Amino acid sequence: MAQLISLMIDDKPVKVPEGTLIVNAAKKVGIDIPVFCYHPKMEPVGMCRMCLVEIGRPQIDRETRKPVLDEQGNPVIQFGPKLETACTTPVSEGMVVMGMSDKVKKGRQDILEFLLTSHPLDCPICDKGGECPLQNLTMEHGPGVSRFLYDEKMHLAKHYPLGDLILLDRERCIQCGRCVRFQDEIVGEPVIGFEQRGRSLQIETFSDPGFDSYYSGNTTDICPVGALTTTDFRFGARPWELKPVASVCSQCPVGCNITYNIRREARAGGRYVIKRVLPRQHEEVNEIWICDKARFAGYQYAESPERLTRPMLRRNGELVESSWDEALQVVAERFKAATGGLVTYAGGRLSNEDLFNLKQLTEGLKGQAILKSSIGGGVLVAQMGVAKGTDLGKLGAGDAILVIASDLQEEAPIWWLRVKQAADRGATLIVVNPRQTRLDRFATHTLRYDYGSETATVLAMINALESKKTRLPDWLAKYRPNRFQTAAAKAFAGAKNGIILFGQEGMDLPRSQELALACANLLFLTDHLGSPNNGLIGVWESANTQGAWDMGFRPSTELKEMFSSARAVYVVAADPAGDDPSLADALEQSEFVVVQELFLTSTARLADVVLPVTAQPEREGTYTTGERRVQRFFPAIPAPGGVIPDYEIAARIGERSGLKMENRAASLVFAQLAARVSDYEGLSYRSLAETHEQWPIIGRDDLYYGGTAYENTQGLGVQLMPSSQKRKIFQVNWQEPPVRVSGKGLLGVPITRLYDRGATVTPSRSLASRVPGPFILVNETTAQKLDMHNDAPVQLMLAGSAYSAMLRVDTAVPESVVLVPRSLGIPLSELQPVDIRVAETTPA
Amino acid sequence: MLKEIVRGLSTTFRQIFEKPVTIQYPEVKRPVRPRFKGRHILKRYDNGLEKCIGCSLCAAACPADAIFVEAAENTDELRYSPGERYASTYEINLLRCIFCGYCEDACPTEAIILGDNYELSFTDRRSAIYTKEMLIEPVKPGGKPTPQKVEPGKFTRSIPDMQDPQD
Ligand code: SF4
Ligand code: SF4
Ligand code: SF4
Ligand code: SF4
Ligand code: FES
Repeated sequence: MAQLISLMIDDKPVKVPEGTLIVNAAKKVGIDIPVFCYHPKMEPVGMCRMCLVEIGRPQIDRETRKPVLDEQGNPVIQFGPKLETACTTPVSEGMVVMGMSDKVKKGRQDILEFLLTSHPLDCPICDKGGECPLQNLTMEHGPGVSRFLYDEKMHLAKHYPLGDLILLDRERCIQCGRCVRFQDEIVGEPVIGFEQRGRSLQIETFSDPGFDSYYSGNTTDICPVGALTTTDFRFGARPWELKPVASVCSQCPVGCNITYNIRREARAGGRYVIKRVLPRQHEEVNEIWICDKARFAGYQYAESPERLTRPMLRRNGELVESSWDEALQVVAERFKAATGGLVTYAGGRLSNEDLFNLKQLTEGLKGQAILKSSIGGGVLVAQMGVAKGTDLGKLGAGDAILVIASDLQEEAPIWWLRVKQAADRGATLIVVNPRQTRLDRFATHTLRYDYGSETATVLAMINALESKKTRLPDWLAKYRPNRFQTAAAKAFAGAKNGIILFGQEGMDLPRSQELALACANLLFLTDHLGSPNNGLIGVWESANTQGAWDMGFRPSTELKEMFSSARAVYVVAADPAGDDPSLADALEQSEFVVVQELFLTSTARLADVVLPVTAQPEREGTYTTGERRVQRFFPAIPAPGGVIPDYEIAARIGERSGLKMENRAASLVFAQLAARVSDYEGLSYRSLAETHEQWPIIGRDDLYYGGTAYENTQGLGVQLMPSSQKRKIFQVNWQEPPVRVSGKGLLGVPITRLYDRGATVTPSRSLASRVPGPFILVNETTAQKLDMHNDAPVQLMLAGSAYSAMLRVDTAVPESVVLVPRSLGIPLSELQPVDIRVAETTPA
Repeated sequence: MLKEIVRGLSTTFRQIFEKPVTIQYPEVKRPVRPRFKGRHILKRYDNGLEKCIGCSLCAAACPADAIFVEAAENTDELRYSPGERYASTYEINLLRCIFCGYCEDACPTEAIILGDNYELSFTDRRSAIYTKEMLIEPVKPGGKPTPQKVEPGKFTRSIPDMQDPQD
């Protein structure tokens, strides 16, 4: 614990830890010192001079080294001749800070007068107007008149696209450098920067495509003026017209807390629509950041005109609209008749309530509850997951994070950011991946392996440990560590806290299952289990995959057989036919297929019954993150008429099949869930909605301090405890990769990209230009061998079928390996031999 | 008694020959006072561009919450108003309006003024909502209707005449 320092700020006594900056000390006792360039998440730079205050320090007697006292026995305070910046000056004992003196007021007036010398003052049309720090601080501290000539204002570009998502207004920029420092310090991707100097200083992007970062939207939150605006919200509404609704991002397992800003719109026929997505503070999950996928794709799908709004039944081979009663009756009858032969196949996009009810229904009809997931190990994550109180933001020197088989930035961007920052703070970062990823730059240890050998790598690391705990079983002996693996293993074992994140890179179900077991062993043997900041985290493909595991859904390797032999298949929030054509064939063979979806997917097209559902922003529910934190989301906009939430559909089908199920409200389903699922015991919507004060204090009426992210007043959720305290070494059956890359054969490897063609991403207008068509990645040598060049249209031969794609050359790809991104139209789900051919040129 | 009758009738006869104060509304209309506040008009510049820049400040100022604005972005191909922003939707609910004129005061471009028209009667609530098309004044002679195709870089300022905020 750092030593406490006492000082006076504006006649208020303050006690803060040593090293605290004056602005923050003032903030803690509710005194506002205005800032522009300082941001509590970044290092101070002292560029804008807005925070100038008068600072007095006790006079020290040179001989006695004691403070000099006046007649009354009070220390004599000596004030400096000049104002000092409160954002760069740390507190010291006995300091006296004056933030309201005439000198300080004059200082602020002058700084504002300077900042406005070339400011366009087009507040009426500025998207920041109403929540603008410059506007607010000018009103509060500004001089009221300017001595500068209006005609000498600079006229600069007002619509300068930094990228597809962010626009810059060069006149409005006050050169505080927050955006540049965010990209550089926090993200570590300095794709924007300053150009020119003096009065001509301006922001420029240095990447191609422009502002190429998954975190770009955050700069618009922290920009203290309206210089940076997002393309989706530009001129969308004035801030005071928007209502905030708390939610949780539905795009990946991080579970970032967000706020939907909603407003009624004439364009939407007077309905409420979501105008923008802003972060909501949760220091243990996403701090005050979100990624661009959440900001630009997280909601737009809900507004898509393609949404299904009526149930459909197949009649004479055609899907025709029907009433809910009729559709549910048909489904219930067929399901009942299929008792014992029902397969429920659900995606991780569903909420816990949906999954619980679906599981109840499936169990009641003696069916199988199957999870759509290409990676396994969820049960292990529940048992060996990080304990309550975990916060990646607290990890630093002495702690270790191991990221294996994951391109973390593509799979879970905010985890990437937090892991990177932990590494910045001195945590040992061990990155284990077959190819270089963006995390490698921050890694202490980088281990490579051949695709398919991830488990062997972890087992070798285990072998490198000098464990006194248990004798290592004999089957482990054959995994001999090399010196890099030994070093990494030792570093991990020696760390105070250790977390392992395992992901989706090159993974299929059996392999990842083994990998999870191996990781669990490593955690057990290095004693990184059962306490906060220790344990296993699954980087799942969907927001609530962990919840689905917890509700009892399990993935299966035998989907094809299962579908084709099922008497009824119930597909919810998944598109197996679209993912893999062979599953479409299997579904054709099953007797009865029900699809519950937002859109008419490929699977829905071949279904016997299609049931339309409510989208996430239109309903209530909970998600469980990869760190096993259960968080609530709230209804933001009204659902289109005719759709019903998933949990309710499941319950109504259940009731018609003679089961007793809850269909009235998500909260009641959750109450049942909490009573029956042991890990969730004691949770309720009320406990999930509890909050406590977080630091830094943001989102109140001082937007200049933290930016426009929202304060969290609607709930921080509850992190679950790992379910089992059993400690043992699991037997791991690692199998050599089925296809060894021989001389000229090519190995196809599935990888994950953030911007894919998932059902909720494709309808996004903003991201449209960023979502690529099908492409594959090879390295130069492979490309040369194939006699192909970058951006060549090719055909990927996969299990006898040809898929068109663009070939891209990427030096990070290992030789003879073809990386195939998931969800971009090529159904590669496991390591598989592939072939590449020149695309047949189709005459235009 | 007779005296009283004569006095009364003389008043009557005097009035008969005076100019009547009643006017034959609606055939005849009395001109309104200079500061009369009637139905709103959305103004145009002489070249036809709309003065309204879709800033919603009128809506924010309105004590009756009668105004609804939605904005969109201008391009030089399709330009409605000078600068980047224009009102793509502009509606005033005249059942809510209390004709206070705050909207006039709030407008940074003097785009909205309360005009002379007081003939506001509706048969249903819906028709009390005046849309942009109903509120905007006709294009002056020599001007062009909006959206206009204009030469690039000419109309970059939303508030062209604001030289000094104190004016
Ligand atoms: S664009 Fe905004 S955040 Fe960036 S330097 Fe300018 S004012 Fe600061
Ligand atoms: S990191 Fe994941 S949860 Fe967070 S905003 Fe991005 S997609 Fe959503
Ligand atoms: S005159 Fe007053 S009440 Fe009527 S629209 Fe304007 S501000 Fe609102
Ligand atoms: S009428 Fe004036 S105040 Fe209202 S939106 Fe238009 S420009 Fe803004
Ligand atoms: S100099 Fe202190 S906030 Fe900018």
